[in-house]
Amino acid sequence: MALAVSYFAWVRERMGIADEVIDPPADVATVADLIGWLATRDERGALAFADPARIRAAIGGRMVGPEARLDGDVALFPPVTGG
Amino acid sequence: MIRVAVQADAIDVAVELDIHDAGGHGASAIFVGRVRGDDGLAELFLEHHPALTQAGLAALAHVAADRWSLSALTLVHRVGGMAPGETIVLVLASSAHRAEALAATEFLIDRLKTDVMLWKRETFADGRVAWVEPRDGDHDRAERWD
Repeated sequence: MALAVSYFAWVRERMGIADEVIDPPADVATVADLIGWLATRDERGALAFADPARIRAAIGGRMVGPEARLDGDVALFPPVTGG
Repeated sequence: MIRVAVQADAIDVAVELDIHDAGGHGASAIFVGRVRGDDGLAELFLEHHPALTQAGLAALAHVAADRWSLSALTLVHRVGGMAPGETIVLVLASSAHRAEALAATEFLIDRLKTDVMLWKRETFADGRVAWVEPRDGDHDRAERWD
């Protein structure tokens, strides 16, 4: 299933791209699965997602936890630091 | 009246206050966050999401408006590059009495540090570049409002 993914801040820098459409294997069902898969897909993924505890996610515009199902556009990013 | 803005242009606090104050409010609380020039900081860059940063600020503003009795709320966050001393964020909250205006202002500044898609990147005079890490205290302060 094609999935639109966007990256922000140092995740974007380490991935070398701001967004892409990916086609992960069928057993990639949650945010945690996706992060794990991206970390093993290639070298830049390994760099960006070496520490899953430092990654946050939004799906369809809502902040979600690692257990969330991949049922919309995914954004992956470090903990936010606004204000 | 709720007004939320995400902008690359400099925040003019006086102009924003004029717009906000047009209704004539009993009590207005103001929070102005500025870029600190610590450790030879040359530029602070705020990265944002093209849609979700604004949506996140608007959602927080509505939570505040539901929780406290506010007559007006203004929330402006700057994005892009800025220099030490420039304004990053402005919160204006008004109510009939001070307690609600002050509480809403503190809630908004605490929660926007943990809930809204914004990321700070620092560039120093010696050329060093670093993404800012969240501070433990920020999370604790935000959780007080749960």
